[in-house]
Amino acid sequence: MLIYIAKRILIAIPTLLILVIASFFLIHFAPGGPFTSERPLPPAVLANIEARYGLDQPLWKQLWDYLVNVFLHFDFGPSFKFKDRDVNDIIAQGFPISLTYGSLSFIAATLAGVSLGVWAAIKHNTWIDYFAVSLGIAAQALPNFIMGPILILVFTLWLGLLPGGGWNGGQWQYLIMPVIALSTSYMGNIARLTRSSMLEVMNSNFIRTARAKGLPTRAVIWRHAMKPTLLPVVSYLGPVFVYVLTGSVFVDLYFSTGGLGAAYVGSALTRDYAVLLGVTILYGGLTVIVNLLTDLAYAWFDPKIRY
Amino acid sequence: MVFGSSQKAAQLADDVTDVIPVRGRSLMHDAYTRFTRNKAAMGSVIVLGLIVLFVILGPLFAVWSNEEIDWDRMGAIAEQGAPSLENGHYFGLDELGRDLYSRVIQATRTSLLVGLVGAMTALIIGTAYGLVAGYVGGRVDSAMMRFVDILLAIPLTLVIILLLVIAGRSFFMLFVSLDAVGWLTMSRIVRAQTLSLKTREFIEAARAAGVPETTIMIRHILPNLIGVVIVYASLLVPEMILTESFISFLGLGISEPYTSLGKLIAEGAGTMAYGTIWQLLYPLFFYVTIIITMFFIGDGLRDALDPKDR
Repeated sequence: MLIYIAKRILIAIPTLLILVIASFFLIHFAPGGPFTSERPLPPAVLANIEARYGLDQPLWKQLWDYLVNVFLHFDFGPSFKFKDRDVNDIIAQGFPISLTYGSLSFIAATLAGVSLGVWAAIKHNTWIDYFAVSLGIAAQALPNFIMGPILILVFTLWLGLLPGGGWNGGQWQYLIMPVIALSTSYMGNIARLTRSSMLEVMNSNFIRTARAKGLPTRAVIWRHAMKPTLLPVVSYLGPVFVYVLTGSVFVDLYFSTGGLGAAYVGSALTRDYAVLLGVTILYGGLTVIVNLLTDLAYAWFDPKIRY
Repeated sequence: MVFGSSQKAAQLADDVTDVIPVRGRSLMHDAYTRFTRNKAAMGSVIVLGLIVLFVILGPLFAVWSNEEIDWDRMGAIAEQGAPSLENGHYFGLDELGRDLYSRVIQATRTSLLVGLVGAMTALIIGTAYGLVAGYVGGRVDSAMMRFVDILLAIPLTLVIILLLVIAGRSFFMLFVSLDAVGWLTMSRIVRAQTLSLKTREFIEAARAAGVPETTIMIRHILPNLIGVVIVYASLLVPEMILTESFISFLGLGISEPYTSLGKLIAEGAGTMAYGTIWQLLYPLFFYVTIIITMFFIGDGLRDALDPKDR
């Protein structure tokens, strides 16, 4: 197991490195820098600005400095657009917000999805099952950017129950819609995955044995069927995390929650490459770490995997 | 009298020697039967067909083009811009006074195109990559797949946004960036399938008969991959449409005069507070219908082509 963990971490490190280097080069070879404007700056001024941001150095030197700053100091450098803020400030301001509703959505999608899936599988071929399956399919066709407008339409414009956006320190009224919008479609995915996995497990021999021993259904499900049922779900949690991260870009923009997503889209539109690069690397890094964790969880969950 | 010249004997001889050819049941034929029996999938095919028909024939009935601005009603969209048969705006007007009927047709066409072309290209690249990696094996395989693993460990939508920002937002770049990430999972699936296929006896037999390696790959392995590839490609189509719509919703996708369903939904969602709810509902309806029917078709194909995986 220890060797397996070490191996996985050894793969994760080059992944991160390549991520940073590739994004760095992509952005540096992009036409039109952050300082190109309609009125060209005098060369002397431009040279000064470039020196300020270290853009006059040779490329390998820039890359090296960037790598050292990112990996050793966790410093993503200054923003190109906001003179008084650096990328770390922007991340520190927005990331806690994105993390709050992101993790809530992650938990909500997983819990609701697994419960719905298990429930449907236990009541296989009853109206509960059909209801859960239709709900799962409908939910899958309603990604965050569809759910957002629908929720606002119903709960803000028609019923007037919930505020249409804002954060307000993370009060629950402000959290409900972002979390629902973000979690619905993955809830549907997880529910369908859990249901089919549970159905397969319930038909397997060891469950029949458990039943034949005379164990009550409750014990069969919780003690025997649950763990193998959750295996494919666990391996799907990594992708769900990525979707939640990506979806948070939409939530921040649409619900004005003030998280990192708004800064990301803003920097994409104004070509503030420093912010764009920083957020991409942060999210990429998080993804690599979460993938690592899911792999480890999977190894722990699956009795067939022995390292 | 020669033996066997009687009518009965001749009949008997005919029966024995003339083997009435039985039509073979190929894998594809079986799959076709299974698919047509699946009501949800067949219904979805019909609905999707109607939408495609609408996209093709719809413009013939349009009174207004997608670029014309109806200046008379432009000032009072909420009051006069509602869907109506009389003034030719079947789906109403958008915020700028353009005909939503023509805009929805244009957007649906874009989204369908993105889904189909995107999935097709991803299919070709992914299949070729996975086939080579799986068939060649060894170090080439691990190097190729490690590369895919690394790319897969990055939030891909962000990569697409990054590519679009850097190279400029155009139709072509949209396809390129969608495909830059779309083929990855496909290549993994194809590789896994190739690995299990290449140890089979019929491949060994082909090799023993002296068939060149490239011919084995194309003539013997590729046809056996079709089932898996079709199933995954059919799931890739809605995924492509989803991703494109997401990016367009954020305002980072294709730009005017082009439009897509995600963009129309974004516009409709932005103005729904002003009493112009149809601007949201029409694109939303088409969008959700396309996605749901594609899911059902994908599921149906999987059940039909891969009956054990249910």
